Amino acid sequence: MHIIVPIKQVPETSNVKMDPVSGTMLRTGVETVVNPLDLYALESAFRLKEQHGGVGTITVITMGPPQAVKVLKEALAMGCDQAYLISDKAFAGSDTWATSYVLSRAIMELGAYDLIIAGERATDGDTGQVGPGIAAWLDIPAVTYAAAIESTDAGFVSCSRMVEEGYQQVAVQLPAVITVVKEIGAVRLPTLRGKIRSRSAEIPLIDAGKLSAHKPLWGLSKSPTRVVKIEQTTVKREGKTVVVDEHTPAEAAADSFMEFLAEKHIILGDRHA
Amino acid sequence: MHDIWALAEQHEGVIKQVSFELLHRGRLLADSLGVRLVSLVIGHSVSSASLDELIARGADEVLVLDDERVSDFVCETFSNILVRLVREHRPHTVIAAATSTGRTLMPHAAIKIGTGLTADCTELRIEEGTGNLLQTRPAIGGNIMATIKTPHHRPQMATVRPKSMLPLPRDASRKGSRVNIELHLEDIDERVKVQGYRRDPSGANPVEEADIVAAGGRGLKKGENFTLIQELADELGAAVGASRDAVDRGWIGYAHQIGLSGKTISPKLYIGAGISGSVQHLAGIKTAENIISINSDPHAPIHQIADLSIVGDLFTVIPIVIRKLRQKNREVR
Ligand SMILES: Cc1cc2nc3c(=O)[nH]c(=O)nc-3n(C[C@H](O)[C@H](O)[C@H](O)COP(=O)(O)OP(=O)(O)OC[C@H]3O[C@@H](n4cnc5c(N)ncnc54)[C@H](O)[C@@H]3O)c2cc1C
Ligand SMILES: Nc1ncnc2c1ncn2[C@@H]1O[C@H](COP(=O)(O)O)[C@@H](O)[C@H]1O
Repeated sequence: MHIIVPIKQVPETSNVKMDPVSGTMLRTGVETVVNPLDLYALESAFRLKEQHGGVGTITVITMGPPQAVKVLKEALAMGCDQAYLISDKAFAGSDTWATSYVLSRAIMELGAYDLIIAGERATDGDTGQVGPGIAAWLDIPAVTYAAAIESTDAGFVSCSRMVEEGYQQVAVQLPAVITVVKEIGAVRLPTLRGKIRSRSAEIPLIDAGKLSAHKPLWGLSKSPTRVVKIEQTTVKREGKTVVVDEHTPAEAAADSFMEFLAEKHIILGDRHA
Repeated sequence: MHDIWALAEQHEGVIKQVSFELLHRGRLLADSLGVRLVSLVIGHSVSSASLDELIARGADEVLVLDDERVSDFVCETFSNILVRLVREHRPHTVIAAATSTGRTLMPHAAIKIGTGLTADCTELRIEEGTGNLLQTRPAIGGNIMATIKTPHHRPQMATVRPKSMLPLPRDASRKGSRVNIELHLEDIDERVKVQGYRRDPSGANPVEEADIVAAGGRGLKKGENFTLIQELADELGAAVGASRDAVDRGWIGYAHQIGLSGKTISPKLYIGAGISGSVQHLAGIKTAENIISINSDPHAPIHQIADLSIVGDLFTVIPIVIRKLRQKNREVR
């Protein structure tokens, strides 16, 4: 079983700066980490490999600047077998359409695979579009929001998708793209052995030259979407405070709660409709 | 035709509320361009009354593909249908709700069509002169609002955050047409098979679609105490939310987690009890219309963004609130 896990490096904090001119993120000076939701993609790959008696290969890939090698090392330390960095100045400024294209073409260069497991979404861009996008470019099925993955008969997996109604049970033919949610299981930590191994691991580069067999549909110029404006959000709240203490009993706080509902015309939901 | 298209969602033949919210968005866009608003429904056994409801809520035309083989959402099959129809009818813009379905189908179809897509928008406007759709969405944990456009590709595509707009009031006098669409054999992708549904054991009211969300955090001290939040939610007709800390402790399922690595919500009212208000949690509630915090620590960050901050013990305050709500609900009935 060959599983490919695309992961993204994201800024450590949720307070990153934006370039007001280009509308792109200023990544310099900000610590980056593996997108927290991609840890669940890695975890499900490890679990599937374990289910297969440890037989198989897990390949982790990331598209990003050269420093993104750091997140690949971390994934190797957790237990991935090999890693590829997809990086080129020409890829810079790609939107989700172009990013999923580059990832799909890089995946085509990696040879045969059974599964691609991606995160639900990246916590910086917050689109969740790259997973289904990769599937569309590769013409393989996309199963999103998987909370559980199980290998069934050869060539199929069954997944439980977290949807608004609860869970949708599906069987999907491989190869496929699956994006996973946190319920897939608790994430493991890197091991000491893994860390040592990852330090010396060779991480091949896939640049635009390596993708020369494909159309160069990447970078800002080939991206259909443009960021035209960035605004800092300001939260304006009136902020009334009620402190429950020896002067104000909890009863009064509850009254404020009820008054607030009335003031804001909040109608109690359909239970009584 | 260059119309505005809004995708309607159904489950077991019932059109979802988000689809009516989406029609309001679509109506505003169609009116500012002077074009028609078309609602596309893919599903099975959707009642004639629900289809009329789409017209009463703003659609000029309803395109219906009703077939047993599309009763459940399968990304590839739905994408094949959408792509085929878009190529045939050339809409100006296609919008869908940012639900599990919309956020799966739209990126897939956008790639196949060869156009851009903006996720989870909270505001949509038409740029004067160009007809470009100005798509505004929160990004980076709600700390910024980015406006995005798709200048050279058509149609323009966007998903819209549920609850970011109310549906239009129903107007039974509105006129509209209904057009039936055939399923083509080649639309059907056999590689994915839906086998059934399982309900969420901790309540089926999804937080992202609720008008009111009552959320609990580590301040609840143990899992059983979530019943207090559940009771509060029941009286309010609210959905139950949680902080990551509460989810990680196994007190409630991940579907209820609100924040950076959980759901982003825009309810009319969010109530946070025993939640400190970390940046990651606040990322999920920045676009809530009203916020009430209940936390015994006067310095808890959640109080800073609340419209009503109750500094007090949730175990004494909430039972009184529940009592008052019960009383009120009895009066109403
Ligand atoms: C990458 C990343 C992603 C994350 N994503 C999310 C996310 O999506 N959602 C999320 O919620 N968190 C997220 N977190 C975690 C976040 O940083 C906080 O750890 C978490 O939100 C804290 O949960 P809490 O408020 O329930 O707990 P705490 O911070 O421990 O707060 C508990 C609060 O309860 C109050 N309290 C205690 N007893 C009472 C009482 N009797 N009455 C009233 N109040 C009481 C306390 O004063 C305290 O303020 C993320 C973290 C990281 C690093
Ligand atoms: N630059 C990238 N390199 C590798 N994987 C990515 C990249 N961007 C997104 N992904 C994958 O796609 C998922 C969804 O990302 P997004 O669509 O950006 O929210 C992530 O969780 C990753 O698994």
